[in-house]
Amino acid sequence: MTTASRALPRSLHRTGGADWRGLLFHGLLLVSLVFSLLILFTLITDVLMRGLPVFQERGADFLTRPTSSSPARSGVAQGIFGTLMMAIFVSVVAFPLGIMTAIYLEEYAPDNRLTRLINVNIRNLAGVPSVVYGLLGLSIFVLALGPLTGGKSMIAGGLTLSALVLPIVIITSAEAIRAVPHSLREAGYGVGASRWEVTRLLVLPNAAPGILTGTVLSLSRALGETAPLLLAGAVLGGFSTGSRGLREQLFSDYTVLPVTIFDWSRRAQAEFRDLTAAAIIVLLVITLFANAVAIILRNRYERSW
Amino acid sequence: MPSTLTEPTDRVDGSGNLPTAPRTPATAGVALRMERTAAQPLAGGDADTDPAAEPAVDLRDVSVYYGSFRAVKNITFDVPPNAITSLIGPSGSGKSTLLRAVNRMNDLIPGTRFEGEVLYHGENLYAEQVDPVEVRRRIGMVFQKPNPFPKSIYDNVAFGPRINGFRGKLDEVVESSLRRAALWDEVKDKLKQSGLALSGGQQQRLCIARAIAVQPEIILMDEPASALDPRSTLQIEELMSELKKNYTIIIVTHNMQQAARASDYTVFMNMGEDRAGYIVERSRTTDIFTNPKHQMTEDYVSGRFG
Ligand SMILES: Nc1ncnc2c1ncn2[C@@H]1O[C@H](COP(=O)(O)OP(=O)(O)O)[C@@H](O)[C@H]1O
Ligand SMILES: [Mg+2]
Repeated sequence: MTTASRALPRSLHRTGGADWRGLLFHGLLLVSLVFSLLILFTLITDVLMRGLPVFQERGADFLTRPTSSSPARSGVAQGIFGTLMMAIFVSVVAFPLGIMTAIYLEEYAPDNRLTRLINVNIRNLAGVPSVVYGLLGLSIFVLALGPLTGGKSMIAGGLTLSALVLPIVIITSAEAIRAVPHSLREAGYGVGASRWEVTRLLVLPNAAPGILTGTVLSLSRALGETAPLLLAGAVLGGFSTGSRGLREQLFSDYTVLPVTIFDWSRRAQAEFRDLTAAAIIVLLVITLFANAVAIILRNRYERSW
Repeated sequence: MPSTLTEPTDRVDGSGNLPTAPRTPATAGVALRMERTAAQPLAGGDADTDPAAEPAVDLRDVSVYYGSFRAVKNITFDVPPNAITSLIGPSGSGKSTLLRAVNRMNDLIPGTRFEGEVLYHGENLYAEQVDPVEVRRRIGMVFQKPNPFPKSIYDNVAFGPRINGFRGKLDEVVESSLRRAALWDEVKDKLKQSGLALSGGQQQRLCIARAIAVQPEIILMDEPASALDPRSTLQIEELMSELKKNYTIIIVTHNMQQAARASDYTVFMNMGEDRAGYIVERSRTTDIFTNPKHQMTEDYVSGRFG
């Protein structure tokens, strides 16, 4: 076979000239990565340098005190409480509603013009700026439903955030459901499973990791929102919660961590700069925690399959 | 729903053993008795015990549409019980469509429309009061690409009995189904392992075991071996001839040798100018391959087109 080497279009040996375009592209990718990491790193070190001393000085005191006009006595207790309550609201209201809507749209709704119209609209809603949801919350949950929600209350805020993330929950869940292979559904129907059984026993468990990822990402987004809650009644500045019970608190003044951060960052006293950084650390920890829970749940689901 | 197709039937005895004797039309006829009117009483005794007397399923003037496109037209043939009937024909002639019409699988595709009748023990499966879910339990399906659930081997087989409210020893149903699918010896020590970890041929036999586990009367197979290597293909064919003792099998195949080797009856389909599939010839397999009535059949089975 002496002719074989001649038949090859190119030599198998590396040629001297490197694939410089490939290298350039590779380099470009690396630079973008380093650049974004650098920005993130700068932000985080800045926050940590300012914020950590606050924890060293005040310890748990910072976490358990309400916000006040004096920096030395200001804490994030109300913000943490409000943010956790928002997380609960979103999980209880937006997740089930959104996931069930997605199941309906993907598995049950007929493929007609109305369904397509609804789908397009949900996509558009996901792109609406969050301030607009704040206005919606203000006019519906605070004003129109004021007698029920207590006006500028935690309930009004929770419902506003739920409305804000609902389209995202629907879209990500629908995508996860759509990604379940059709052959799996057919296999289920082929042994006499009903649509409900196919959905519950095959489609949902298979889509669960995707649904979880999507919903928790939307939760993180909700917990970081400031603008809509400023409109929907979150309190800037100090307020007294006194000895109110949980039920009362639901219907009255509240704040959330991003609003506290926003508020403090505008205060005149320089000490509030460090407090702002410390509050940012608390918010970061809470969102990281939420993400960690999502990852753990997702891994557990993937393993059981 | 008055139809007995909506009620769970109890074909499995209390011990969970599969019935070993072929189910005669008589027993199934009893299960469907509510569908019979007084005017046409269930044919009595003797006729029912003769398996040849009643086809397992009888297609009458069936047409299936995808939207406005007619994929198969005016199909009429009956399927003898406890035998293998193969559907052959060029790609696109509507074999899969026709097969899926038998257990109402096409209902799941939006935009499909059905005309005609599929008679199963005298009852039209497309009648208003018939529950398609129950139809699919009695007429099981094995697909072209092996599609085990992403679950353990055990749970794959147990899935059907579980959702159908099976009461009895699940372990025994799983074992006997796997045995019948000629897979037991290979998997008995790893029932907890994922069904997806098996080889292609094993996966397909797992799918057959899964179909058997709900005690269907008829098993539809859509090119079940087309994605498999020759050895696994032969295994599936041997398995089919074993299964026909207890089940009626309809198989779509691209492979002429397979139809010739494995089936008792053959339906040859082709498509017309309008691309709608129709039946050219339906006979005993030996006749189709050695003594076809139509020139077109002869051309096809000898590989001159398709
Ligand atoms: N889901 C579907 N939607 C629209 N047309 C389809 C669909 N499935 C099959 N068809 C069409 O129906 C005809 C028959 O297809 P099929 O039954 O798959 O043929 P075969 O199995 O004989 O190759 C083909 O023309 C095919 O394009
Ligand atoms: Mg086909």
